[in-house]
Amino acid sequence: MLGRLTLEALSQDPIETTANVFSLVAAIFIIGLLFYKHRWGWLWKEWLTTLDPKKIGVMYMIVAGAMLFKGIVDALLMRAQQVTAIGDAQGLLDPLHYQQIFTAHGTTMIFFVGMGIIFALMNLMIPLQIGARDVAYPFLNALSFWLFAAGAMLVIISLAIGKFSATGWVAYPPLSGLKYNPGVGVDYWIWSVQIAGVGSLMSGINFFVTIFKMRCPGMTLMKMPIFTWSIIGALVLILFAFPILTATVTMLALDRMLGMHFFTPDFGGNPMMYINLIWAWGHPEVYILILPAFGVFSDVVSTFSRKPLFGYTSMVWAIIAITFLSYIVWLHHFFTMGAGANVNAFFGIMTMIIAVPTGVKVFNWLFTMHKGRISFSTPMLWFLGFAFTFTFGGMAGVLLSIAPVDFQVHNSLFLIAHFHSVIIGGVVFGFFSCFTYIFPKITGFKLNEKLGRYAFYCWFFGFLAAFLPLYLLGLMGATRRLDRYDAGQGWEPLFWVAAFGVVLIACGLGFQILQLLVSVKQRDQNRDTTGDPWDGRTLEWATSSPPPVYNFAIIPDGRARDAFWVHKESIKNGVIPKKPIYEDIHMPKNSPIPMYLGVLAFVFGFALVWHIFWLAGLSFLAILGCTIYRLSDDHPEYTITAKEVEQMEAKR
Amino acid sequence: MKRKFKITLLALIAIGIALLAVGLMLRADIPILNPKGWIGVKERRLLIISTLLMLIVVVPVYFLAWYIAWKYREDNTKAKYDPTVDNNILLEAIWWGVPGVIILVLSVYTLQGCRELDPFKPLDSEVKALTVQVVALEWKWLFIYPDQGIATVNYMRIPKDTPINFKITADAPMNSFWIPALGGQIYAMPGMSTKLHLIADEVGSYKGLSANLSGMGFAGMTFIAESTTLEDFDAWVQSVKAAPSGLTDQVYKQLVEPTINNPVALYSLQVQGLYDQIVMKYMER
Amino acid sequence: MSSAAEVVHSRTVYGFWVYLMTDCILFGVLFATFVVLHPNTYNKELFSLPFVLAETLILLVSSFTCGFLPGAMRENNRHKALFWFAVTFLLGAAFVTLELTEFTKLVREGNSWQKSGYFSGFFTLVGTHGFHISVGLLWMIVLMAQIGFRGFNDANIKRVDCFRLFWHFLDVVWIFIFTFVYLLEAM
Repeated sequence: MLGRLTLEALSQDPIETTANVFSLVAAIFIIGLLFYKHRWGWLWKEWLTTLDPKKIGVMYMIVAGAMLFKGIVDALLMRAQQVTAIGDAQGLLDPLHYQQIFTAHGTTMIFFVGMGIIFALMNLMIPLQIGARDVAYPFLNALSFWLFAAGAMLVIISLAIGKFSATGWVAYPPLSGLKYNPGVGVDYWIWSVQIAGVGSLMSGINFFVTIFKMRCPGMTLMKMPIFTWSIIGALVLILFAFPILTATVTMLALDRMLGMHFFTPDFGGNPMMYINLIWAWGHPEVYILILPAFGVFSDVVSTFSRKPLFGYTSMVWAIIAITFLSYIVWLHHFFTMGAGANVNAFFGIMTMIIAVPTGVKVFNWLFTMHKGRISFSTPMLWFLGFAFTFTFGGMAGVLLSIAPVDFQVHNSLFLIAHFHSVIIGGVVFGFFSCFTYIFPKITGFKLNEKLGRYAFYCWFFGFLAAFLPLYLLGLMGATRRLDRYDAGQGWEPLFWVAAFGVVLIACGLGFQILQLLVSVKQRDQNRDTTGDPWDGRTLEWATSSPPPVYNFAIIPDGRARDAFWVHKESIKNGVIPKKPIYEDIHMPKNSPIPMYLGVLAFVFGFALVWHIFWLAGLSFLAILGCTIYRLSDDHPEYTITAKEVEQMEAKR
Repeated sequence: MKRKFKITLLALIAIGIALLAVGLMLRADIPILNPKGWIGVKERRLLIISTLLMLIVVVPVYFLAWYIAWKYREDNTKAKYDPTVDNNILLEAIWWGVPGVIILVLSVYTLQGCRELDPFKPLDSEVKALTVQVVALEWKWLFIYPDQGIATVNYMRIPKDTPINFKITADAPMNSFWIPALGGQIYAMPGMSTKLHLIADEVGSYKGLSANLSGMGFAGMTFIAESTTLEDFDAWVQSVKAAPSGLTDQVYKQLVEPTINNPVALYSLQVQGLYDQIVMKYMER
Repeated sequence: MSSAAEVVHSRTVYGFWVYLMTDCILFGVLFATFVVLHPNTYNKELFSLPFVLAETLILLVSSFTCGFLPGAMRENNRHKALFWFAVTFLLGAAFVTLELTEFTKLVREGNSWQKSGYFSGFFTLVGTHGFHISVGLLWMIVLMAQIGFRGFNDANIKRVDCFRLFWHFLDVVWIFIFTFVYLLEAM
């Protein structure tokens, strides 16, 4: 009746039980708060059924933030293991549990923090930056979020019911196949990644069409903010890469559920094919994560240096070069699989070529600052932190791209240090920079600056302590994913420094949570009344903070680069803006269906994990039903009349 | 003043960390930087050359980042503020061109290095090579010496200054065969046979491990690769041949069963062609 | 169509094209895997070429009948549209039926998807195409219901145009399957 789900799935060890109790308490607290403040209606109307990308962006950030918290807890547990499991000691965790934790850590951080962050930024910034009122497909946008949330939920529920995968976040077969891992872990991984992946692909299509079809008049491609360009790069990568993930994970699922032989070592299967395919997705994936961060820094550096971005055209070509090159480097993830000298050399050389446009970007940012007037608010601090860590990580990356060198450091902690340097230094710091930057736009008040600085210093020094020792450990022959190691190799002191580093990072996260709470409390003192708290350059700052649901009452003129800055300068020079003539605005109606579909997707995934096939069938039919219902709705919009627009504008 | 204090503090912390690192490095064993076989030596050479080449770009970046941030900070009214400057063809040419040239040079080293250090390429040596067949199992390493008629688990002895021709497979999930002190690794995959060619330049005892997650007992898959003089090696081979345990098909079947933290085991080889059988096992079905 | 509706129409069709390109990549991966997992020998007896030819012709004709829909929409002729939809549906359903028959035959003779990597690849590639066709069949039923009850409006004209793109795309994919899976095997 319930497939392979039995009561035994609920028995967990103390650490997981603690996590589950914590989650339960947090959930009860939030539900209680909603009842106490009578906010259920508000929650339903303003958040759960919204199709407004500004709200959807906030929801992405909330989920990504929660998953970041979980990911850092995973990291703390991992480091605790690494300082206790020496010699004969088992340490804090038994091997399988440790392997689950690092698998969950990687899966969570890449899919639910990384992708969550970039979709949050896209939702929050793209329509505003291009002078549009909405995205191309608002319903699809909401659906993408709910599928993302469903995927995240599957990871969370695996803490309470059953176990998560223990095969590493990329799940190589044969280890992830039926023979070596028949349990539910890999299936949880498969369905959480698959469902979130479908959401990502939908967003890829959505924002691609939005940018290419909905820019305000006059905004040609070369007039767009660089952040928008970097998002185009990321979107093109999503469009090409995510179908590969969908197909590959499906084939792994078919191996496991229907006994197929795509990736089994026998019966004509080919595990090496999985490795090729998963990295053909996996490499573009990491560039999907980093390009938006580059875009953020372009906007932040130029705003906080009070100068236009240096070398705009060069920057655009750098983005295009990076996007194109990231398709032809995937083999560098497995130089050690034995492809032969010429193949390894080709992919290695293609990989190192990416360093050129990346370096170009760094130089252009520095020269944007040159002869500028730099204000070191937290967004700029995060940029400096990025400049330091990402450069170092990038250097390590070029070292890794040389196959014979990689033969010695592949899968070692040197590799771990490299990718954390570029992902934390790049993606995470970029997000934090952007978060402080756009926070006043979204909420209407600024974040507490002092706590932001403390958070930065904790994260930056914590990062250095947590990962610089790992470069050394890799050179000392420490491979990754070890749940224990022999004493007397000189590794312990380095692991202690690394553990201290993660504790510092956790403090940084603590400061950020504190910053949020304090800023909300102090919001009246930090109100942004102009909509332009940083003297910004691009169109998003031309709206109020927060913007009205339709973003712009009058579609702006995008004929200049840094259009808003040009507009402000013209006003300073005495140009009087024309009196606005308001028109009716059509906005999409709210809809609960994206949320229903997300819940149904979660049920579907859960049912497949536990082989509850009747439930899977039922939820699939329900998904079809909801889809057909929505696709039969011929009037999904409502109108704000010109008069109403005029009234709303007058109130601002 | 506050700013200067902060920067000094930062610098001090950075220096402190660097000193710590150097201190640790001097006392610890860093096989990849202190290889004992000339494959590892060549790989290290590539590592050092490429690091130096990249520093040509990275050092100016760090310097510029610090200098520009310092000089053009808001409260430095002495610095010139010029918001009209947003392009410079010469600078663009420099920072597209110079890194481009460096990458070109690196590419040449890479191509050369890939060919010279291809794991499948036999070593150039007048000494006759020794063949060792490696089978990754759950969760131990089986070493078969087909020409010597012996087999061992989690321990390998090789004569120094002798090229070793490793042939590697797995009867387990994917693993990676790695002896950091001697040179790079290569994957051990069921149904496939990869090759690695290494050589030890001196007598010594080196740690080996699996560098790819293969399940619960993965961390315990360490082994010792000991290089000795040729005499000691031959003597050892004779003593193992006389060992009471023999590796038969039956014994092998038991070895395939998952075990953790296997102790060292020595066998005389009682079957022929075991390695090829293990590889073919996956092909035949 | 009003100008606002035209903007929405063109934006939707553009996005649908983008989706079809991603679907192309998905099929590309399945094709690549199929090729990689193909053994070194070819089995001439495996497929019946006349059978496959019949499937191909049915699908091609269904694409042709689908082509009458724009005309019907322009003329605002509900009945004509429903007729051509029905014909296309029947042809598509025939295709799926034939394909299921073929699959059943293969399984009965022991060549199921569990037999080897090659058969896993075959059933997944051809089956994914068949699944897309089935989705198309369901889509047609929904569209027929919408047009039947509401007639033509901006919203469902947009949907019919997307459907046509979908159906023609599946035809193109089938040409590749026909060539690289069936023809190559039999020759």
